[in-house]
Amino acid sequence: MNKWSRRGFIGAGVLTGGALVVGVAIRPGNAIDKLRGSVAGGEGEQLVNAWVKIDRDNTVTAIVPHCEMGQGAHTTLAQMLADELDADWAKVSVMQAPADGNYVVPDAARDFVAAWSLDAPKWLEPTYNGLFTQISKLGDVLVTGGSSSVRTTGQHTMRLAGAAARQMLVAAAAARWNVPASEIVAENSMLVHKASNKRGTFGEFAEAASQESMPQTPPLKDVSQYKLMGKGLQRLDIPAKVNGEALFGIDAQVPGQKLKYVAVKAPPVPGAKVEAINTATAKTMPGVRQILNMGDFVAVVADGYWQAQMALNMVEPRYSRTDGDGLDSANLSARFAKALDDAGDTGGTSLAKEGDAPGALAGAAKKVVAEYKVPFVAHAAMEPINCTAWVHDGKCEIWTSTQVPLMARSAVAKALEISNDDVTVNQLYLGGAFGRRLESDYPVQAARVAKATGYPIKMIWSREEDTRQDFYRPADTSRFSGGLDGSGKPVSWNNAFTQLNGPDGSWDVAHYDIPNRSIRHAPADMHLRFGSLRSVDHSQQGFFVESFIDELAHAAGQDPFEYRRALLSKSPRHKAVLEKVAQMAGWGTPLPEGTGRGIALVKSFGTIVAEVAEVTLQDGKPRVTKVWCCADAGYVMNPDGFAAQMEGGIIYGLTTALYSGITLKDGSVEQSNFHDYQMVRMEDAPAVMVDVINGDSKVLGGAGEPSLPPLAPAVTNAIFAATGKRIRELPIAKNFT
Amino acid sequence: MIQTTVNGKPQKLDVDPATPILWVLREQLGMTGTKFGCGVAQCGACTAHLDGQPIRSCSTPISEADGRQITTIEGLAGPEGALHPLQQAWIDAQVPQCGYCQSGQLMSAAALLRDTPKPSDEQIDAAMSGNICRCGTYERIRKAIKAAASGTER
Repeated sequence: MNKWSRRGFIGAGVLTGGALVVGVAIRPGNAIDKLRGSVAGGEGEQLVNAWVKIDRDNTVTAIVPHCEMGQGAHTTLAQMLADELDADWAKVSVMQAPADGNYVVPDAARDFVAAWSLDAPKWLEPTYNGLFTQISKLGDVLVTGGSSSVRTTGQHTMRLAGAAARQMLVAAAAARWNVPASEIVAENSMLVHKASNKRGTFGEFAEAASQESMPQTPPLKDVSQYKLMGKGLQRLDIPAKVNGEALFGIDAQVPGQKLKYVAVKAPPVPGAKVEAINTATAKTMPGVRQILNMGDFVAVVADGYWQAQMALNMVEPRYSRTDGDGLDSANLSARFAKALDDAGDTGGTSLAKEGDAPGALAGAAKKVVAEYKVPFVAHAAMEPINCTAWVHDGKCEIWTSTQVPLMARSAVAKALEISNDDVTVNQLYLGGAFGRRLESDYPVQAARVAKATGYPIKMIWSREEDTRQDFYRPADTSRFSGGLDGSGKPVSWNNAFTQLNGPDGSWDVAHYDIPNRSIRHAPADMHLRFGSLRSVDHSQQGFFVESFIDELAHAAGQDPFEYRRALLSKSPRHKAVLEKVAQMAGWGTPLPEGTGRGIALVKSFGTIVAEVAEVTLQDGKPRVTKVWCCADAGYVMNPDGFAAQMEGGIIYGLTTALYSGITLKDGSVEQSNFHDYQMVRMEDAPAVMVDVINGDSKVLGGAGEPSLPPLAPAVTNAIFAATGKRIRELPIAKNFT
Repeated sequence: MIQTTVNGKPQKLDVDPATPILWVLREQLGMTGTKFGCGVAQCGACTAHLDGQPIRSCSTPISEADGRQITTIEGLAGPEGALHPLQQAWIDAQVPQCGYCQSGQLMSAAALLRDTPKPSDEQIDAAMSGNICRCGTYERIRKAIKAAASGTER
């Protein structure tokens, strides 16, 4: 298979109406005219290519194809583009790319890589050829997830777009001034030819530049030439987030229209139907317009959201029975145990087989056995799920916060039986997502209600609905047996667990020098909907693997840091990160009674992260007071933004580890709101110290997720150090009631 | 008819007096800076001020605001748009990530600093623990509050 086939990435421009507009042809037959319509704004603006627009007044707009959900992608991607363009950062702004197939970046990156003859980073291949190829068939790849914005779009498109635009500007100036292009310097959005003392702004040359041929392989800067990349520039979206101006999905308005508001309730057991509703009381309540039994949910439409929700509370739905009825957390756990029992010591699907793990276990000087459990986890983003929709004249327009605008578009089109072209998705800021907004259930719901009403509606889920109708991080059980030789070194690693959703290799321990390894998947199903939650499988696998390696260290009577370190001789970058975090935390220095340190090391999404947690027992309960974090993401493009992501992943991971536990009773989720689904708050929040190692400027790792997986084991390992109590089941709080 | 003042501007509102202030702000007045998070006064995203005191606007009926002053995030800056010291400190410390909870965080912090110009860590914990941030910006909030507090003193 020709994996990196060239499909024509950079194309020619289009001239219209006297204003010259050039765009990048992302594919043959690209719709650059359509793009121009949605991207090019006022008079005098030139679209230099699909990711950069240079205005007559010399402002630069980076057109970023990823959503902004707090991860800082808009700023960092603009920063990467502006650096290659040699733009003046003060004149750079960001625009969210329209939800248009022409911004499908993975394909774009693939083609750029082909055009570029760059060595494609190894991790890109399975990504493109596996998951993305599958999704690409639907033509809906415009995804913000997988900690991927900087390392894919940034590295493989924004930088190239900036470099190409710069080269075209230089060529235009060279032609006008009749001087060699090689003598022209671009800096701070100016073009300068010293010898003839000529100067001009980018804006002056934008139109002429668009007539230059698009360079197929413009040179990219070496790390030593970076001016903006590597700097902790302030985020461009923050000023609007301190004065109430930033518009999130829930703040959407439909221009020229007065919205009605919709509250919804779906059956508490997934898959059930709404068989009947009693509207006697609800329909008499103030402001209520319509009460709809949509089959798979109930919707109340009212003049205001509060009125809709109050009326919904009075609707008495009756639900159909399903196979999920009667299922609770205990019998689900028993189901997992049975799957693992049935798989035994060698059964299930083999994920990794190195040497002879069962044989080495039989001959080991010491055996260690452990079983770990994690519960379902809900995302609980602060912005409850919502979507605004208007269906009229055979078309549908939606306004929402989504990580997947194109998939949302397709899902809505399919549900309404109209074409994708008849659906417009308007993307607003996301009030958190953490993977929840990779799903398109809610745009479909809103569109269906809007179709039924015929007038524009804003659907808002209650917090209770948000908690109970999530796509959950699955519950899981993982069993280990390990064998140590006479010196305590691990010689056998046997592991089996029930849930496997990706990314590939989350269970891997190949970085540790353990000669015999057998890792197996013994699947057990469940009726709750699976969803990607920040770091996906790594969120449980980090806890499983880094707990067990810690147990092996203690079984060997060795220091958990030194034990890991001795196993990392073939993984120098892992080792460097581990050593650095130990140094930051003062590993080995004395601590007061009742206080302990724990360490953990996980590579995920291309970034190696080691963390040390310090835990003190207060009133018999563990309190995490400090967390040190060292990360190697190859090269960090925006150190302050990266640190913010590490801090955020740690706090999110701490909530997950300490408190998060979605439980089931009679097939339904028991938790409903923040009183029974608890979050880490200011009073619980540890001090977090972050440092980075730039281990390889050519291959970047992600930022949004990798600090989460090591947090839970660092904390439970610290609890063991402080108390001698080994936590094998999350959430931690459940062990201290 | 409810007569109240929002960010210094008198408002006459023909709404059900039981309607929470949050929804009046967002839907009647089109002021969307104040956010809905939980609806039961658990998360603080909807924090506004009523006569200077922080309230959870999702659980406070508009009838409570009759004849009183509501201040929202849109009214936190000075009359000429000069940023409140906390807003500047939030930018300096690069506090917000997704930003959704930050209106509420800022309104809680503003009430804290007005009553306690130089808060201790414990006082910050007590005033701010009603506001959940899922992006985990707590340490930056703490730093920004302290920076704003020391700036006020100066």
